[in-house]
Amino acid sequence: MTELLQYEFMRRALIAAVLVGLVTPVIGTFLVQRRLALLGDGIGHVALTGVALGLLTSTSPVLTAAVVATLGAILMELVRVRTRTSGEVALALLFYGGIAGGVLLINLTPGASNATLTSYLFGSVSTVEEQDLWFVGALAVGVIAVVALFGRELFVLCQDEEVAKAHGLPVRFLSVLLAVTAALTVVIAMRVVGVLMVSALLIVPVAAAQQLTRSFRVTMALAVLIGLFSSLGGLTTAFYGDLAPGATIVILALAVFCLAVAVGGLLRRRSRRSRTSDTREPVGADAAGTMPQTDRGRVKQ
Amino acid sequence: MSDQITRGGAETPPAFQIVDARVAYDGNPVLDGLSLDVAPGRTTAVLGPNGSGKSTLMRAMLGIVPLASGEIRLHGTPLRRFRDWRRIGYVPQRLTAGGAVPATVREIVASGQVAARGRLSLLPSRSDRAAVHEALEAVGLADRARDAVRELSGGQQQRVLIARALAGRPDTFVMDEPMAGVDAENQLALARTITHLRDRGSTVVLVLHELGPLEDVIERSVVLDEGRVVHDGDAPAVTGACARPGHEHQHPHPDPNDPDPRAAEATDGAPADLIRLEVPGRD
Repeated sequence: MTELLQYEFMRRALIAAVLVGLVTPVIGTFLVQRRLALLGDGIGHVALTGVALGLLTSTSPVLTAAVVATLGAILMELVRVRTRTSGEVALALLFYGGIAGGVLLINLTPGASNATLTSYLFGSVSTVEEQDLWFVGALAVGVIAVVALFGRELFVLCQDEEVAKAHGLPVRFLSVLLAVTAALTVVIAMRVVGVLMVSALLIVPVAAAQQLTRSFRVTMALAVLIGLFSSLGGLTTAFYGDLAPGATIVILALAVFCLAVAVGGLLRRRSRRSRTSDTREPVGADAAGTMPQTDRGRVKQ
Repeated sequence: MSDQITRGGAETPPAFQIVDARVAYDGNPVLDGLSLDVAPGRTTAVLGPNGSGKSTLMRAMLGIVPLASGEIRLHGTPLRRFRDWRRIGYVPQRLTAGGAVPATVREIVASGQVAARGRLSLLPSRSDRAAVHEALEAVGLADRARDAVRELSGGQQQRVLIARALAGRPDTFVMDEPMAGVDAENQLALARTITHLRDRGSTVVLVLHELGPLEDVIERSVVLDEGRVVHDGDAPAVTGACARPGHEHQHPHPDPNDPDPRAAEATDGAPADLIRLEVPGRD
């Protein structure tokens, strides 16, 4: 571990990994809840166009990626609302538009090569500079602040948009806020795992955590732990094993997911067995808990 | 107890005032110039066949569905300018209460306070927590507060949605088929909750497929057909099995050897196969 910390670039990489592991699962939980798991992917592709624009104009690629990804997220949210139900198509348009724009612009950039493209597609945490770190840190603070302030409203929105409207919540504003926050999160994670795998850090820790939990808050907390473990563990493993850091982080997160599925299955089987053996309540005691758990009730007609 | 509820007083505006409301989906009118006033403190049932516009009316009343023309006022304020959303409790028509991420019963119920609690109050106050507990008690789910919603039965999830509406302590409720997918026993529990709300002076508007155990709680029945009001009465509107909207669907029969439940129904105007709700002080 000390060997790891000797290198300036590794210290920066580790800080970036901590920020990413911390922030991505928080937003990911809301995206999974809202059944927009692939939103991060769409934004990631758009962010590539932003990166290319930064390289072409010799400005910070992280900054331009943040701007373009934010615009893309807003656009996608508008398309989703206007055309209803065709959210998938809106996502597909972003996927292809983003990646094509990125490749086109990078090839126009003098001095940029396929290696430059690859480093943004698959991440290059070891080339994180101090300036990037400050920017990523500020974004992370912003994302956490949004969740702290609007978390309860976002929970209702992601749970049931109609109920959110009936509560008088600003549904349009909250949707755009979530999309923009997701865009900024994608930019944070982009340096570490690359635009093609960015969504994995948003989604996989949440998917793993929800195998083991019953509560939204606990799911989010456990997802953050899994995110931190994957990003730090993956980076360290990659350093000692001379592996690609982004890919190692994602593979580690997927391994945790598989483990969580197995453990979750075992836990459920055990709790089901204990429920059928000792909760045979007398019928008619009280309304709650006396119905068979498999009874979905009557559906009209 | 009298059916005339006069808590509102003469100057109080209607809880809901719907004037010539029109809603159309893809050119097909769903609400066709519907007008309706709902007095505060009354329990009103909206009945009608499938596709008559009941659900759309509920959703239009809360601004979930935009009107093509017409006007809706909530407690005297046009919907567009209405800000007092903590007064409104909405129970959507759902068979499940969960999203894709697990959530506990308590989390879902507490989320009903989102309009009542300020954005900056990061932690729930003692009275917030008491309201959640009260709401869970009211629907008989206090002992399931820490369970995941998705582990509950359909009827129990429906009760979670009602508890969520109760948790913000509103005085005006809009419930879209709260009895759908709920078995007879849970329907009785829900009827008790709604009776309690009415006795507290709340306004309750609910879409029902049939009056069922709520028959004695309902003070006014509005029947819709093709987006218009076709009946509006103080008492349960229609009697007899065949006139009952939605009469064709299955009732749970407690006694399968019952010779002919329909015969009993015809004599006293109430379905014999549904347990009657006893409300103290009424009848």
